[in-house]
Amino acid sequence: MADPRVEVIDRRLSTIDRIIAVSSGKGGVGKSVVASTLALTLARRGLEVGLLDLDFTCPTTHLILGVEDGMPEEERGLLPPRVQGLEYLSLAYYTKDRPTPLRGGDISNAIVELLSITRWGQLALLVVDMPPGIGDATLDLLRLIPQMEFLVVTTPSHIAFETVRRLLGLLGGLRRRVVGVVENMVMNPSDFVEGEVEAMGFPYLGVIPFDPELEGTLGDVEALMETSFAEAVGRIASALLDEEAEGEGD
Amino acid sequence: MHEWALAEGVVAAVSRIAEEQGLRRVTEVTVRIGELQQVDREILIFAIDQLRTPVMGDARIIVEEAPARLRCRVCSHTWRFDPEGLGEEVSEAIHFVPEVVHAYLRCPGCGSPDFEVVEGRGIWLASVKGLRGDG
Ligand SMILES: Nc1ncnc2c1ncn2[C@@H]1O[C@H](COP(=O)(O)OP(=O)(O)OP(=O)(O)O)[C@@H](O)[C@H]1O
Ligand SMILES: [Mg+2]
Ligand SMILES: [Zn+2]
Repeated sequence: MADPRVEVIDRRLSTIDRIIAVSSGKGGVGKSVVASTLALTLARRGLEVGLLDLDFTCPTTHLILGVEDGMPEEERGLLPPRVQGLEYLSLAYYTKDRPTPLRGGDISNAIVELLSITRWGQLALLVVDMPPGIGDATLDLLRLIPQMEFLVVTTPSHIAFETVRRLLGLLGGLRRRVVGVVENMVMNPSDFVEGEVEAMGFPYLGVIPFDPELEGTLGDVEALMETSFAEAVGRIASALLDEEAEGEGD
Repeated sequence: MHEWALAEGVVAAVSRIAEEQGLRRVTEVTVRIGELQQVDREILIFAIDQLRTPVMGDARIIVEEAPARLRCRVCSHTWRFDPEGLGEEVSEAIHFVPEVVHAYLRCPGCGSPDFEVVEGRGIWLASVKGLRGDG
């Protein structure tokens, strides 16, 4: 007759000002490192920030943050643990490092379950690390969270951008808010992506250069935040907050 | 307790349905819970009772339990979920998010993780009965 879980999702998310999904049509473009670093950056600027890993079959943000212990607490639902100043939740707390193959229906069910039982605190922003593509997780967020905003990650590659074009087309067609497109892993600057994004009418938030130092810092947040990668994400974070300020003005 | 979060959902769903169907007073609510999630029946009933809204009055709360049945998509083997021997940590993980079962169980027939939960996964509002209008 009715799924009681769906009924409370709105209420569970009502303590959060903005929810931003870090998405891409393509895998491996840097969604997880961007999502994690963006959340850390904003938290260090004094905002209350949450990070939710929705890549259920291949979660990685716990590795980027170096999460080693702690578990969500149970209190009339789940309370996300505090990790590096963030309210943090990942299914990896429950699946550990075991292979967890899930089909679409299972992914939907797990998303609904987590959203309905997690009790986030008062947050200025919840960053959501998405699996690649426009499959189950994207469709479920579009269905369940109408106020969801999207930060789209691409690389300079034409192939990566063509997948992003489809994602932007989907989001634009549904009139969902796209906070902007980020161009990651840039080695040879070109204006291809910027031109295409602007032609489609979406904000282009800037470049994150390829940083050979990044890999060695994953799992060590202090080192990660010292990289030129984090510095570039910091500029994206400022652009993102400016976008909002501009949006409010008109 | 996580049962409280689920109870909140049940009460919200009952209120919405009562309004949609023009029920003046709800007399009976039937909730089905799947064995896989190992929801504590007593706590769930207690929580629904504590959270009940005025429209629910003293409505009877019925909680039915459904056995969890799993079926392998590779070899079609069908079996019943048995929480025995899973250990507390694993049981708790499945309790929060039943899909986590795919990290811990394999088909007893062929060893595949590609099985489906045919029945008895989580919580479901099965029926809401009540009195209509203002008579
Ligand atoms: N700007 C960068 N400079 C150097 N390495 C980077 C940069 N951005 C990402 N990487 C590296 O690229 C790899 C993929 O990044 P990440 O896992 O964040 O991508 P993803 O889009 O989340 O992938 P998936 O689609 O599988 O979830 C990681 O090893 C990461 O360290
Ligand atoms: Mg990722
Ligand atoms: Zn099998």
